[in-house]
Amino acid sequence: MPLYVGTRKGLFIIDEGRRAIGRPHFLGDPVSAVLAQGASIYAALNLGHFGVKLHRSDNRGDSWTEVAAPAYPPKPASPPEGTDDKVPWKLVQIWTLEGAGQDLWAGTIPGGLFHSNDRGASWTLVRSLWDRKERAEWFGGGYDQPGIHSVCLNGKQITIAISCGGTWRSADGGASWQLAGKGMYAEFMPPEQRDNPNIQDVHRLAQCASQPDVFWAQHHNGVFRSVDGAARFAEISAIAPSKFGFAVAVHPKNPDTAWFVPAVKDECRVPVDAKLVVARTRDGGKSFAVLRKGLPENAYDLVYRHGLDVDASGERLAFGSTTGGLWLSEDQGDSWRCLSQHLPPIHCVRFG
Amino acid sequence: MPRVVFTSHLQRHVRATESDVSGGTVAAALEAVFRAQPQVRGYVLDEQGELRKHVFIFVDGRRAGLGDAVRGESAIHVMQALTGG
Repeated sequence: MPLYVGTRKGLFIIDEGRRAIGRPHFLGDPVSAVLAQGASIYAALNLGHFGVKLHRSDNRGDSWTEVAAPAYPPKPASPPEGTDDKVPWKLVQIWTLEGAGQDLWAGTIPGGLFHSNDRGASWTLVRSLWDRKERAEWFGGGYDQPGIHSVCLNGKQITIAISCGGTWRSADGGASWQLAGKGMYAEFMPPEQRDNPNIQDVHRLAQCASQPDVFWAQHHNGVFRSVDGAARFAEISAIAPSKFGFAVAVHPKNPDTAWFVPAVKDECRVPVDAKLVVARTRDGGKSFAVLRKGLPENAYDLVYRHGLDVDASGERLAFGSTTGGLWLSEDQGDSWRCLSQHLPPIHCVRFG
Repeated sequence: MPRVVFTSHLQRHVRATESDVSGGTVAAALEAVFRAQPQVRGYVLDEQGELRKHVFIFVDGRRAGLGDAVRGESAIHVMQALTGG
């Protein structure tokens, strides 16, 4: 299973032996999301001047073809009465790509979810979500506009998370949506808004593949877990060495096992005491082990929300940092091997 | 006919050929280019039909917008703005 690493300066595909970094694809171009789906690889580019592009390879990266990028429909000249949509209807970034069967889903900034059933030849904005009046409350987290960074697929059930727009779920393949994610709280908001599920800054949401009612979330204000399909979350306060971070990965077969890469809150965003560590729980969040074997000290690496992944076996993990460090573990995080300290800033790491 | 010239930086991403086209405005000239080279549109305009934030247009050496007039012998340069990183 190859490892895909999307960076500020291109896409790197690391072979199954996990020794060679290999030649870069799209050298010089920011890769914001990557997905291996069936026999294809999809790479989302965010070109500084020329917009967001999507490329697909059907030969494991030997060659790439540009396919359609999601596009927002024309913004109505006069919005419906009582609404005031200040968000430009323009694609800023493909923040996440997910796929199941023939379906592709793209979570984007400024907050639109797009669907394709023709391998990216065309995309449709999911209007059932985009047209919800609650969208007016969403706001940007890390970017000027709100964005969908997590799309969790389980048959007809789709669960998404938005910075900053909380957690939403659909039970009918995206035809209708319900605001979920009760129990999260936002210390960065005034008291009246603190518990509003619709403004929560979920940094990353991850679903247990074998027990899809279990979700783990790294939120701006801490770690949360749901056992009821993301309807309600409970805070996991045992996380160490800090409760701030961006990334989370869940063991695909064991819903009690999850990994995080904590950092100093809020704006500082460096490892606690400059020691890069991974936090792992194996008991549903009652306790955490702080894993540091093979990881550096005097380190200022930050791991973004798509920068950590676990493979289908649940044994291998990989994470990449903003300072271009890439680490791999073959033993659930007990020990780590550095694959490179010199890659471009890493946006996303993903097993194929 | 106005001549539309694209920055060489664009060529790395998509084939965009220098063209002599008809049109009395920048927008009309670009539309003529996009009819012949549809792959270029999304690199210059966003999905709302507006000039991309980090793309500059010059007409005969002066910054211009989509609505600006062009003359028959004008040169329209489509360039990348340095703001785009």
